[in-house]
Amino acid sequence: MIHSVPLEYYLLLSGIIFTIGALGVLTRRNAIIIFMCIELMLNSVNLTLVSFSSFLGDTAGQIFVFFVMAVAAAEATVGLAIVLALFRNQQTIYVDEVNLMKW
Amino acid sequence: MDLQFILFFVFGTLAIASASATVLSKNPVVSAMALVFHFCTLACVYFTLNAQFVGALQVLVYAGAIMILVIFVIMLLNLGNEKAFAEKFNYRKGIAIMLGASFIIMLATSFLSKNYITNQMPASSLKNGTVEKIGLDLFTSYIYPFEAIALLLCVAVVGAIILAKKKISH
Repeated sequence: MIHSVPLEYYLLLSGIIFTIGALGVLTRRNAIIIFMCIELMLNSVNLTLVSFSSFLGDTAGQIFVFFVMAVAAAEATVGLAIVLALFRNQQTIYVDEVNLMKW
Repeated sequence: MDLQFILFFVFGTLAIASASATVLSKNPVVSAMALVFHFCTLACVYFTLNAQFVGALQVLVYAGAIMILVIFVIMLLNLGNEKAFAEKFNYRKGIAIMLGASFIIMLATSFLSKNYITNQMPASSLKNGTVEKIGLDLFTSYIYPFEAIALLLCVAVVGAIILAKKKISH
């Protein structure tokens, strides 16, 4: 066993970063900044996976981080393409000005 | 051990500060740069957890590939500053900040009020973060998820091209 920084501190750091990302998604209007906040939230979950992986002595968490990164890359590509298509059609990327699908 | 504590607190504080800068900045380019810095500090936090491969991947994939894409889109759209962030403090933002603060307080009390802490790491985790160990597991136990991820990335590339290309009029 190795003495290290407590697991709880890592989980608390991850929770704080997740909350900052969630607040950004809830309060910002710019679609690109909302995307960046989603990346923040994904990263905080990655930090949780890596810390549990290290404290359990198991590689599964780090392999899941690998998969989460691949999904985040796919999500960013498709999402930014949607933002480009939205800007081409509506001339705005502020999400409160986009109400085409609002009932 | 002491160095590990110092590095964790320095990079953890920097990570929280740069995440806040990403959310609070009015200029999208400043926001993106703060996010690049945040990814690099998070990679350093991964290094304190003996996860070298994931830390390197974080810098390569997030700070490199994904943020280049975001900055390209910001450049293509040529946006100004977002005006109505500070002056328009409506009730939704208040509720969001209250919920976030209560979530953090709940986490902090539940993690830190126990009478024991988990500060023992098994010795096997020292070599778990290497490329050798992760690559061996990835190509034996996790080969089917790996193939599925390859398919997903292929679909994402095709979908992005179809979404972003100009409509051709017939």
